[in-house]
Amino acid sequence: MDKDAIRSILATDCGSTTTKAILIEKRGDEFRLAVRGEAPTTVEAPAEDVTRGVLNAVAEVAELVGRPLLDDQGNLIQPFDGTRGVDLYLSTSSAGGGLQMMVAGVVRQMTAQSAERAALGAGAIVMDVLSSNDRRRPHEKIERIRQLRPDMVLLSGGVDGGTQKHVVELAQLIGAADPRPRLGTSLRLPVIYAGNREAREQVQAVLGERTALEVVENLRPSLEEENLQPARLKIQHQFLEHVMAQAPGYPRLMAMVDEPIMPTPAAVGLIMQRVARERGISLVGVDIGGATTDVFSVFGGAFNRTVSANYGMSYSISNVLADAGLEDVFRWVPFDLPEGELRNRIKNKMIRPTSIPYLVEELMIEQALAREALRLSFDQHRLLATGLKGVQRQSDIASMFDQGASGHSLVDLMSLDLLIGSGGVLSHAPRRAQAAMMLMDAFLPEGVTRLAVDSIFMMPQLGVLAEVHPEAATQVFEKDCLVELGTCVAPAGPARPGRRVLSGRIGQTGFTLDQGQLQLLPLGPGEVARAVLVPERGLDVGAGRGQVLECEVHGGEVGLILDGRGRRPFTLPPEKAARLRALAEWNQALDLYPIGPVGNPLVGVPDRLAGEVTGG
Amino acid sequence: MGSAYVPGLKVTASTVLRLERRLPLKGEVVVNAGDAVRWDQVVAHTHLPGSVEMINVAARLGLEPAEVPECMLKTRGQQVTKGEGLARNKGFFGLFKATLQAPLSGTLESVSGVSGQVVLRGPAVPVQVHAYVDGVIERVIPEEGVVVRTHGAHLQGIFGIGGETAGEVVLATGDPGREMQVSDLEQTHAGKVVVGGALVTRQVLDRAVEIGVRALVVGGIHDQDLRDFLGYDLGVAITGSEDKGLTLVLTEGFGPIPMARRTFELLAANAGRRASVSGATQIRAGVIRPEILIPHLDEPEPRAAEGPQAGEGFVPGAWVRVIREPHFGHLARVLALPVEPVEIPTGARARVAEIELVDGPRWIVPRANLELIEE
Repeated sequence: MDKDAIRSILATDCGSTTTKAILIEKRGDEFRLAVRGEAPTTVEAPAEDVTRGVLNAVAEVAELVGRPLLDDQGNLIQPFDGTRGVDLYLSTSSAGGGLQMMVAGVVRQMTAQSAERAALGAGAIVMDVLSSNDRRRPHEKIERIRQLRPDMVLLSGGVDGGTQKHVVELAQLIGAADPRPRLGTSLRLPVIYAGNREAREQVQAVLGERTALEVVENLRPSLEEENLQPARLKIQHQFLEHVMAQAPGYPRLMAMVDEPIMPTPAAVGLIMQRVARERGISLVGVDIGGATTDVFSVFGGAFNRTVSANYGMSYSISNVLADAGLEDVFRWVPFDLPEGELRNRIKNKMIRPTSIPYLVEELMIEQALAREALRLSFDQHRLLATGLKGVQRQSDIASMFDQGASGHSLVDLMSLDLLIGSGGVLSHAPRRAQAAMMLMDAFLPEGVTRLAVDSIFMMPQLGVLAEVHPEAATQVFEKDCLVELGTCVAPAGPARPGRRVLSGRIGQTGFTLDQGQLQLLPLGPGEVARAVLVPERGLDVGAGRGQVLECEVHGGEVGLILDGRGRRPFTLPPEKAARLRALAEWNQALDLYPIGPVGNPLVGVPDRLAGEVTGG
Repeated sequence: MGSAYVPGLKVTASTVLRLERRLPLKGEVVVNAGDAVRWDQVVAHTHLPGSVEMINVAARLGLEPAEVPECMLKTRGQQVTKGEGLARNKGFFGLFKATLQAPLSGTLESVSGVSGQVVLRGPAVPVQVHAYVDGVIERVIPEEGVVVRTHGAHLQGIFGIGGETAGEVVLATGDPGREMQVSDLEQTHAGKVVVGGALVTRQVLDRAVEIGVRALVVGGIHDQDLRDFLGYDLGVAITGSEDKGLTLVLTEGFGPIPMARRTFELLAANAGRRASVSGATQIRAGVIRPEILIPHLDEPEPRAAEGPQAGEGFVPGAWVRVIREPHFGHLARVLALPVEPVEIPTGARARVAEIELVDGPRWIVPRANLELIEE
């Protein structure tokens, strides 16, 4: 269909539990979100047909928009004739656990890491990374491959023209494991070879018969060069051909859509890259779900995605406690709770993942865990979002998928322009300031950083739409998807408690900020102010140590947050009473929770808050 | 909006159940449709490929990888016995030849002149699938497994550990609110499915294992006790493969929570009967909850319970369990279901239900924090 003729776009995202549908329509000159609907995903028994959930969600959209979208047979009506139907239908999917992959490369920090980045960027969950130097014995690796039953394997290794021995050994390991795909018991496992081109024949000989082998260009043709795009595109192609085609109802869904179905995280990555490119900014995005947390970043044009498969707010919530440790979780909780009780509560959340906090006390615990889940996931992201290891930097890095050549993390919090949060605990926090605070505490943005949340998590649909109709995707992203929270200003560098760290003017209003202080200045959505920020000696707010920064600051639903709590280092008072006092002060500064005055320990508050009612 | 209620756990006195029993790989089904089967009877079996050993022949015999194929004493596909000569180098002017012996018995699967490695595959591992529950083979899935049909009581727990087992149902207490004591367990509980009350402790679990109890069904456990018993902390709720000598089913959750009276009474009514129990739990897409199946093959099949019944969802009058603080674990009856979202103490707006707790007070609770009790 001619792009200019498109007036109505339907897009769905089939998640593990919920299928979300959005309808985007042209109003005057711009595209806007019209309505959204949702329904339980129906991949599992008893329905075992993903299209049932899709059609239910679309039926809800049709009801809300007040016109038929489906005909009597349940088929989508296309095109939009002014009273019925839509012009374009698109979908993303992460149902059935998404795309689960194993990757293999010769050296863990080189080709194996490049392979991991390729798989993650294509939207996969990487279940394990095999490498010749990962210290596991061959039979242990073989057992591991068998045990995990991935949807697909990406094999890389060796630069073009380099040694073939190790990558052939890896192919033999995979062949010896004789792995079976997770879906479709009688099918051969898709394996993509993206290693040394000279070893292709050998790899073909080892894996050609046993697996559904596909060969693409080497993802690391030389030490100085990373070429991930051919492997990524092949992964997505194989995902549709082999994995999706086996999932219940997907063949029908694949026939319904106007563009290929995309793995949900790959679509989110696309919209993030587009926004970074169009605005000329660096950004970090995070999607915290029940089981996993995805982190996306674009710095200097280089896109990276990681997924922390074991950090989430329900199914994986116990892992967050186990990995962060009790002390790091408790440091954000402004009251006392015996360890045993906290453990029981977290496990009860794990086994009943859809329950929601009713008491403020429970909300605080969940948000404390969210901070740690986000922090741990971001730590993992920083480790992977690095330049290529051990090589000289090339001067002509043009592709946005290329990494820098330093071996250092590409994530630079001082140059971060925009931090976007999504996922229930952020998008649906009862107060927007809570979302802003969780993002600040977990990511510790430095200097001047805008904060936002995805209102209803429609980034996946917008990502796939961006491939077809970029203007529509951008317009909806700006107007309907992002909820601007405001801007965080945080000087970085060491400072003594109570000392002045920052002063200056926001518009015509002067301010001062001391170490340990948090201030909220009013600056509403759409408002922009001129800021003059004067850090104290030794501190940096973006222009260098002790250098004055003049810039624009953007408002939002929360406002302008001046964060004097410290960066490099950020510490909480070690002594308990002082910590509780500090938390209470910060809570009050941002009006985070519906609770008592500063200094009042919150123990006992929940009972008073409990909402007993009488009568009908 | 999609409905936000939590589907309830089954606590059913009499229903028809169909259990699919499948092999992990294709194999042979050894029963026929219409056969009566016992819980411990094998219904299908197959062989999993054997374990694999990769041997670096080039390095072990001081050869170039390309020389390995011609130095092999066995050919691809040939059987090898442990200790038998696998490869021999050419030695020094034909002298001082070294032989590499096979480290395990198996089949020579591959020889590589590029990596200098050979792959030996050990003997296949037999796998059997049992009926798990007493019943009748309703259908054979050729080469894959069977569907066993039975009827009787069906109870789901909220969380469990340990695999499938079976045994006679016995009560260790008459009070669903009682926290289990070590002294509640007796030698006669060996091989049985023991029903306790509100809480099981690490000491009680250890004692149950010592006696040889097959399965324990209780209201709750402290997470710390479970961690101590397992020897590790459960990160995600995927269980069933634990090998602790005992299957544990929690009917309510973590902490001391009295077993729901209906659950307790149904188990009590089935004391003396054989129950099939599984602790397997998976709380992600494709939820699996632990279960207790108690066949009543001596009684006629119930007529109304053909196949799974779709729950009606929340309706006024429905019995529910509160699954979040406050009043966690309490039973209540739904009084009303306001359409509009209501602000709850956290400040969030949520779709709620008005409920009446068993002991009197009325509350407004998010629907997401209620679990239907399904019959």
